[in-house]
Amino acid sequence: MEERPFSDISYRLYLDEDKFMGSKCRKCGQLYVPPRHFCLECRSEDMEWYEMKGEGELAAYTCISIGPAFMIEEGYDRKNPYCTGVVTLAEGPRIVARIEGVDASDPEAIKIGTPMTVEFLHRGEGEKAKTFLAFRPS
Amino acid sequence: MSKKRKLGRGVAIVGAGMSNFGMFPDKDSKDVFAEAFSEMLANVDKGCDPADIQAAWIGNFSNDFFVHQAHWGPIIADLAGLAPKAVTRTEGACASSTLAMRDGLMAIASGMYDIVLAGGVEEMSKCSTEEVTEGLALATSPYEGAAGYTFPGVFGALATAYFHKYGAGREDLMNITIKSHENAPLNPKGQFKQTIRDLMEARKARLEKKGQPVPDWADEKAALWDPGFNPAVAWPMHLYDCCPISDGASCILMVAEDLAKNFTDNPIHIVGFGQGSGRGLHACPSLTSFEANKQAAVEAYGTSGLSPKDIQFAEVHDCFSIAELIHIEDLGFFEAGEGYKAIANGETRREGRMPINTSGGLKCKGHPVGATGTAQMFEIWKQLRGEAGERQIPGRDLYIGATQNLGGTGGTCTFTIFERR
Ligand SMILES: [Zn+2]
Repeated sequence: MEERPFSDISYRLYLDEDKFMGSKCRKCGQLYVPPRHFCLECRSEDMEWYEMKGEGELAAYTCISIGPAFMIEEGYDRKNPYCTGVVTLAEGPRIVARIEGVDASDPEAIKIGTPMTVEFLHRGEGEKAKTFLAFRPS
Repeated sequence: MSKKRKLGRGVAIVGAGMSNFGMFPDKDSKDVFAEAFSEMLANVDKGCDPADIQAAWIGNFSNDFFVHQAHWGPIIADLAGLAPKAVTRTEGACASSTLAMRDGLMAIASGMYDIVLAGGVEEMSKCSTEEVTEGLALATSPYEGAAGYTFPGVFGALATAYFHKYGAGREDLMNITIKSHENAPLNPKGQFKQTIRDLMEARKARLEKKGQPVPDWADEKAALWDPGFNPAVAWPMHLYDCCPISDGASCILMVAEDLAKNFTDNPIHIVGFGQGSGRGLHACPSLTSFEANKQAAVEAYGTSGLSPKDIQFAEVHDCFSIAELIHIEDLGFFEAGEGYKAIANGETRREGRMPINTSGGLKCKGHPVGATGTAQMFEIWKQLRGEAGERQIPGRDLYIGATQNLGGTGGTCTFTIFERR
């Protein structure tokens, strides 16, 4: 794996490449996603990149009717809410991510514990291009 | 850090003031702070010469964003006639003014100063709802913002986790809203002074006037289930789960304990203080608790030598209904997973075993974010001194109260315990 700093910028660059990456402590094996500069378990700074499987289950969610500007630009509003959530990953850590493939207008039907698979949402063009981490029911 | 560590010297509150909270198109931050400061001075029983105030700390979250003016320390110093003495702005999102109090507490405890002012101010209503939503979202964890979370969205997600774990539901959160609105008409400084029933009647009248169908709600909950009355914001957070957009200010005068008698025969002592930091939804240990609360509670109970059963009443940070429920469990007033049952039994009402948010809470009193922490203390000051008027907790000899103030989405939590001796 190439040498990229264990930073949020690197994390987002990997998302652009459809890679969901964490950092793993070479000393004690603790896994972090998003990556961390230091291992909080053993205080080692010796990290390596680790590609997450991208599998997990829904731990919490919300269906948002009044979103930030970048979600409004995608066409979401009071009549067309979107879902975002928390996914507990197969490897153990939790991650916050957008939730696709569910009906955000019928939030009661969305179930905690649903198995989920990663998806990379590429939005915007050129300078404004941005990748969102998302999950959808497997 | 030792849990039993004490302050170097005791600190007491000898005056407290707050402006009216609300949306004031014709007032700015200086106007509302002037209201709070004047009232504080008037509330010092034996008087206070403002020239004796040696320093001040002023909480402000984001007037930079809301009104494009930062650096509020010297502005308030000038307004209150404290310049050229030191006035410092503190920022901990919605907990900003509790952090102001904390700095004042440590300054007095250290012997640096004897008489200090702590307060806060925020001016939000000149922004649109969308702008305020964006402004507040600046205080979420960076990962949450990037995943499309808003403030209510984070609390909505916590609510789904709580519902799933403990079997509660939206109806349990409605009990919190209904309770807060029962206290609302009793607080003359609050933004909303209506009960849910009052608001239902007002809506019916409005619809009737417009010639639209008038709903026939059986009770408050029927109205709160109706999306016409209570639309979703970030499901399961609906309009009536959320505090409003507000302007306002508040402040307290803090002095070294041994000087308190020069100001009043009835000071309120700050006997416990704790603060914690939280890591966001992806890294926190639990989705049904705030780790920062737990840390704050350990510190505050440790420094005071008190335990949850000693706290007679509290103001807690109900920016969203679910937050109130989580706080009263995190602070040990109720067991985890039991809080919603206690609320349903009326235990947190004014006449209940553990009154919570007699002020009407952020939900009804309003939440000018930087002013909220010391405004919670204003309520404790009033209740402990028996000066809360119509909303005075009935039939109890009050001597210990507490405030819990949350910043952001739990990134900062504080817990402060007050005693009347
Ligand atoms: Zn390690």
